[in-house]
Amino acid sequence: MHQSKLNIESIRAEFPVLHQQVNGKPLIYFDNAATTQKPKSVIHAIRHYYEFDNANIHRGIHTLAERATAAFEDTRVSVQQFINSREKEEIIFTKGTTESVNLVASSFAKAFIKAGDEIIISGMEHHSNIVPWQIVCEERGAVLKVIPVLDHGELDMEAYQKLLSAKTKMVACVYVSNALGTINPIKKIIEAAHSVGAKILVDGAQAVAHLDIDVQELDCDFFAFSAHKLYGPTGVGILYGKRELLDAMPPYQSGGEMIKEVRFEGTTYNEIPYKFEAGTPNIADVIGFKSAIDFINNIGKIHIRKYENELLEHCTNGLKNKVTLYGTALQKVAVCSFVIKGMHHFDAGMMLDAKGIAVRTGHHCTQPLMERFGIEGTVRASFAIYNTKEEIDVFLEAVEKLVK
Amino acid sequence: MKSITEIQNQIVENFELFEGDMESTLFYLMDLGKKLPPMDEALKTEANIVKGCQSKVWLNAKLEKGKVIFEADSNTEITKGLISLLIQVWNNQTPEDILNSELFFIEKIGMSRMIGGQRSNGFASMIKQMKMYALAFKSMGHGA
Repeated sequence: MHQSKLNIESIRAEFPVLHQQVNGKPLIYFDNAATTQKPKSVIHAIRHYYEFDNANIHRGIHTLAERATAAFEDTRVSVQQFINSREKEEIIFTKGTTESVNLVASSFAKAFIKAGDEIIISGMEHHSNIVPWQIVCEERGAVLKVIPVLDHGELDMEAYQKLLSAKTKMVACVYVSNALGTINPIKKIIEAAHSVGAKILVDGAQAVAHLDIDVQELDCDFFAFSAHKLYGPTGVGILYGKRELLDAMPPYQSGGEMIKEVRFEGTTYNEIPYKFEAGTPNIADVIGFKSAIDFINNIGKIHIRKYENELLEHCTNGLKNKVTLYGTALQKVAVCSFVIKGMHHFDAGMMLDAKGIAVRTGHHCTQPLMERFGIEGTVRASFAIYNTKEEIDVFLEAVEKLVK
Repeated sequence: MKSITEIQNQIVENFELFEGDMESTLFYLMDLGKKLPPMDEALKTEANIVKGCQSKVWLNAKLEKGKVIFEADSNTEITKGLISLLIQVWNNQTPEDILNSELFFIEKIGMSRMIGGQRSNGFASMIKQMKMYALAFKSMGHGA
């Protein structure tokens, strides 16, 4: 196989947290689908902001407020370029993917969903892209439909076609499964939704760190993701939405920033994106997020994907005769989800931690998906750009010991 | 009959062999878990379940001759191992002694994360539930 030319050692040197011992062993961090570690540049940007620029944004006329506002808005432009949206006003800052989905579920539904309408989600959604839609259906008398999942962890696209009709108003679908790693054929899913006049929200939380994202090329109506899964800080999320939809939707939360004019007789709302950004945002972490995007751009997604694929292949080959793998789709990101025969995933997770290996265990907030496969949960190892084949070898050896 | 403190000291001493090595500690706990006497399946009811996000625990208790008898099980071996230790410590003790006791062995054997604030395992809730049983038996005793 063709080897990546990336200098992983120098990339690893950018991540202070990786250089420590856990339970007396060098830390091996394989819980990247939950959250990635942060490079020095992100940590420094946040620190710099608090040490030199801290001020509330947008309304201040003093120097610090101007510097803080400029840095905050720089991130918006950076995100716009990162996912190639038409305008920066289509980028809304939230506190995470969950809030982005809730914003759409709440505001879109108020404007566009009525009794008898149908909403389609997939059988591999994270709870955060299930529950908001269940609430919408309950409140508005709409009906929730679910795209079934096939044995390899792929969506049943034929069944999806049959679920679509003129009644479908919204399709909310995950791009990459957090529990299985499956990359869904999102472009086809979007086209099919549009063919019946439905709008589509893409949960891109697990996709953005691995795949190139171009929201104009995808033509999705909404795209949600979190900064912390792509080497950025926690507490920052993005909602991309097409302008015409965001303009037509009512505000999600109300208060400062989101208003144009407030009188006791009535209030007029600000333009997008500010209409959806009530209150003081998470300024420091939004500013830190720009450094994370720069970090990714400097390496290049294409190199990241290639290297992570090598890691995935190495791990899958090492695991496949020892454990039961869940999620064996042809198109996957670097996630290995598995069950060790006769061993509860909780015990496996604790045993791996004893060796300094951090994995996630449990249902990964996808209980319906686990039910689909008849399991309670899995052990999930998920990789990032700073992981190595040597680390995977240590992990495989540890798993082997547990299988015995 | 050894006191609750004496039993705990004995457990801590046994675990000192591993010199804080987490892997050996866990392997030993899993062995202990495998040796836990099986719980009567009829008692593994929804009502007896102590739920955690990842591991669950079933717990039942009865009072015999003024002493509390616990029966418990879990779907994970490490939790079962800890349960077997907890049963060693609190079984055949009076409700008063259980209520007045301080559980120190869990932290001393390096497993304090199992009783921390996280909701991932049923073990922390199980300890509370065991004390609740002791409290209920104590008040029954006074009422009789």
